[in-house]
Amino acid sequence: MATFKFELVSPAKLLFSGEVEEVIVPGAEGEFTVLAGHAPLVSTLRPGFLRFRNGSDDIVAFVRGGFAEVNEKGLIVLAEEASRLEEINAAEFAASISALEAKMSSATSDEARNKMAETVYQLKAVQAQLGGGGAAAH
Amino acid sequence: MASLKELRNRIASVKATQKITKAMQMVAAAKLRRAQTAAEAARPYAERMDAILANIAGKVAGQAGAPALLAGTGKDDVHMLLVCTAERGLCGAFNSSISRLARDRSNALIAQGKTVKIICVGRKGYDILRRMFAKNIVEVIDLRSVRALGYNNAAEIAQKIVARYEAGEFDICTLFYSRFKSVIAQIPTAQQIIPPQLPETKAEPAGTNTPVYEYEPGEEEILTDLLPRNLATQIFRALLENAASEQGARMSAMDNATRNAGDMIKKQTITYNRTRQAMITKELIEIISGAEAL
Repeated sequence: MATFKFELVSPAKLLFSGEVEEVIVPGAEGEFTVLAGHAPLVSTLRPGFLRFRNGSDDIVAFVRGGFAEVNEKGLIVLAEEASRLEEINAAEFAASISALEAKMSSATSDEARNKMAETVYQLKAVQAQLGGGGAAAH
Repeated sequence: MASLKELRNRIASVKATQKITKAMQMVAAAKLRRAQTAAEAARPYAERMDAILANIAGKVAGQAGAPALLAGTGKDDVHMLLVCTAERGLCGAFNSSISRLARDRSNALIAQGKTVKIICVGRKGYDILRRMFAKNIVEVIDLRSVRALGYNNAAEIAQKIVARYEAGEFDICTLFYSRFKSVIAQIPTAQQIIPPQLPETKAEPAGTNTPVYEYEPGEEEILTDLLPRNLATQIFRALLENAASEQGARMSAMDNATRNAGDMIKKQTITYNRTRQAMITKELIEIISGAEAL
């Protein structure tokens, strides 16, 4: 299968850089799959799982907030937070959700509150999948 | 001349100081390595962000309806200076050189009749700037309680700035920080972040090879999302560079201090020995002349 260049970058580090066959990206308007030769595209991300295959390895990573850009050179995902599935600590994850909920109850504008509610909802969906073990994410 | 006891005390105290500066130097060296790794790890993100932004902004720039964060307000009356310094001193000229750059810039702007507002990140810069610009400082952001500098800290600062920008409080925002070149060279730098100065996009003739992007959701939603993030990224990069510069500056300052302390100990030890010998000689002379008188 044809491969293309894929990079997963967070502010803290470069998580992955190399040739892959297929990447499934959690776009803001739904998941999409990128294969070699994909048309140029820029999309924002929603919190969720990003899956990619290089050779026989299937790798799942959690991403939150950021962008994906596809161009003729390949795919770049810029995520504000990104970590391999096996590195996620369930307790910490739950703590980050409750922190956001606390922030939500003290939000001043409806707009900000709605936005946070949406994020919390998305994060909870991710958490449910996490609870079912990594296998559920595949 | 100082008595022997006084000299001994002075030497002991300089030795104690030397121990402290030596320890600080070693701590700074260890922290510097960590700060440098962090700064290097953050570089790819900032580079890719720049590339994407330049790509999209190149298409939108110049069009009517471009977001204000990108195009600016069209005026340059009110300048916001975001001055990033350290929370601690004892790091040579690090804090004062950043503050001096910011001070010169604000003096120049005031002379041109512009309004200057200052946000200080870090206590040290505030301490220096408030002497002259107490009226201009609108906010002080304290990062003292932050142990490991994260992207979140930068994102919070960016949010505050965007909120102020949207409230129409200023037209142009400039970021002041110290670029880390090497342990002995840190370059105080001013970088304009609102509106961002984009790298010149190569003027390619239309129709050749410029990919037509699809945007999901729309082009404008992406830009409004991307610009604050880019701001946060720039601030994050500045903070990391600053952290590395601070440790570098402290390391060389403490190295100098250790060396100076060593010189001082040497000098005082010589004085101490001379005084001691002089006293012995004096006592001998007294004994001999006493014996001769008999």
